[in-house]
Amino acid sequence: MTNSDINRFKDKAFQAFGIFCTFLGLLVLAIFLFNILQQGLSRIDWDFITSLPSRRAARAGILTAWSGTLWILVLTALIAFPIGVGAGIYLEEYAKKTRLADFLEINIANLAGVPSIIYGLLGLEIFVRQMQLGSSLLAGALTLSLLVLPIIIVTTREAIKAVPGSIRDGSNALGASKWQTIWHQVLPASFGGILTGIILSLSRAVGEAAPLIVIGALAYVPFVPSSPMSAFTVLPIQIFNWTSRPQAAFQNNAAAAIIFLLLITFLLNGIAVYLRNRQQKKIKW
Amino acid sequence: MRASRVSEKIIEGLLWLSAIITVLVTIGIIWVLLSESVSFFSEVSIIRFLTEKEWTPLFADKKFGIMPLVAGTFLTTAIAIAVALPVGLTIAVYLNEYAHARLRQIVKPMLEILATIPTVVYGFFALTVVTPFLQTLIPGLAGFNALSAGMVMGVMIIPMISSLSEDAISAVPRSLREAAYGMGSTRLQTAFGVMVPAASSGIIVSVILAISRAVGETMIVAIAAGQQPRLTLNPLVPIETITTYIVQVSLGDVGHGSLEYKTIFAAGITLFIFTFALNNLSFWIKKKYQEKYD
Repeated sequence: MTNSDINRFKDKAFQAFGIFCTFLGLLVLAIFLFNILQQGLSRIDWDFITSLPSRRAARAGILTAWSGTLWILVLTALIAFPIGVGAGIYLEEYAKKTRLADFLEINIANLAGVPSIIYGLLGLEIFVRQMQLGSSLLAGALTLSLLVLPIIIVTTREAIKAVPGSIRDGSNALGASKWQTIWHQVLPASFGGILTGIILSLSRAVGEAAPLIVIGALAYVPFVPSSPMSAFTVLPIQIFNWTSRPQAAFQNNAAAAIIFLLLITFLLNGIAVYLRNRQQKKIKW
Repeated sequence: MRASRVSEKIIEGLLWLSAIITVLVTIGIIWVLLSESVSFFSEVSIIRFLTEKEWTPLFADKKFGIMPLVAGTFLTTAIAIAVALPVGLTIAVYLNEYAHARLRQIVKPMLEILATIPTVVYGFFALTVVTPFLQTLIPGLAGFNALSAGMVMGVMIIPMISSLSEDAISAVPRSLREAAYGMGSTRLQTAFGVMVPAASSGIIVSVILAISRAVGETMIVAIAAGQQPRLTLNPLVPIETITTYIVQVSLGDVGHGSLEYKTIFAAGITLFIFTFALNNLSFWIKKKYQEKYD
């Protein structure tokens, strides 16, 4: 074999390895989903969705867990949306080239890399202890809001950046003030992108268990939350709790609850991808 | 006219406030971690914390050596990177140099699904699928171990490395690739002789971010790696990571203000220092090498 034959062979071999690696990830994903469905699907029925948690696996349901998750989603969106979008607008439209803007940018990049469990410690000390909210839905939603803030800010900025300057110039030329331009022109034009960021951040929040465990959310809450001050549990914590029990019946419960959690996560991500694609197609400035 | 100017100023002030909240969050994190751990270190010397070889704050005989938790964190992270780096980098090179554009368009978002799956779900997978499977291959493997937690964590961070590295490789100017082909290089030689070295800063950034993510990852290790702090590099036995310890204490009934309560902040600040250093290192590398080809 000549040298170039060997090189060509190496090239082909790497190609095969590349295909193998690329599909390895997808294969693991497939095995994993198959396994979850096989274990959990038979456990899902109306009772499972509408029952309170129980010490007996066959009677335990996820009513409190999914209603807690829903509460957390809505509260987190309400808190994180105005702050995140506001910060995004400020950084992109008002504070473009100052020292402060540079500092804010580095700071936000750093916050995005802080492990979620550290946010739990922050929430525990500030919201649960100092503000005396207890281990309530509100304390949980505030903690998760801070956690997802960097995602919303970054995607809001991207969306606003995509709006061309000519739109702003046109609006300004007609005598609109800076805020009028932002409110009537820039925000409507970038709304799709901003929404994508909100939805992505919610899909992140919906899967978080660690920070909520740290602030004291418990797996066993025998009632459906009725106000933001209620104690609560969420699907990931319920799954964690069932997973850590030795009995096989609880493992099936965990798998069934995972199916619900994945449905919510994939649904949210799917909407975000759809919005992003539509946005990219629609806009031709 | 005047009223509207005033309301413009108010709105700008509110927007400024939302941006400043992000700084308050950082200050809040540092203040909370520092104030609680300062009071921890006034009771337990920092030398004990760094040099003792056991971590048993919840036992009657209390030992406060953080090393076993650091070792556990290091072990699971190392396993995760050992899985994710070769696979992720190969995927990045394959998608960039070999695959059709259409395949890339389909595969990349599918791989990114791996990153959107909640980590508690990965933990379940590690415990109920991967560990039993590995036990058939490795008879001595414990039910809770660093190996399967680390491997599954590796799968989770594959898209992080493959996506960011792929972006870095595509950012290399076409002329470099064409020059390599012009010299008669094969695709493999072009990829690893020219493209990967040229994109190395971007690839290193992706790996550092992946390490930082693995260090802070909580639910996978809390479910599958065990809760036994021990100073070992053996991946087959139960260990405990920094994050798992914080979860373990949070699930128990530890009184506010007790020494046990403060340990989670001491563990937390250790974790924070590690990830903060890694994130800033990646930021620094990105900044320093960004404009190499412009």
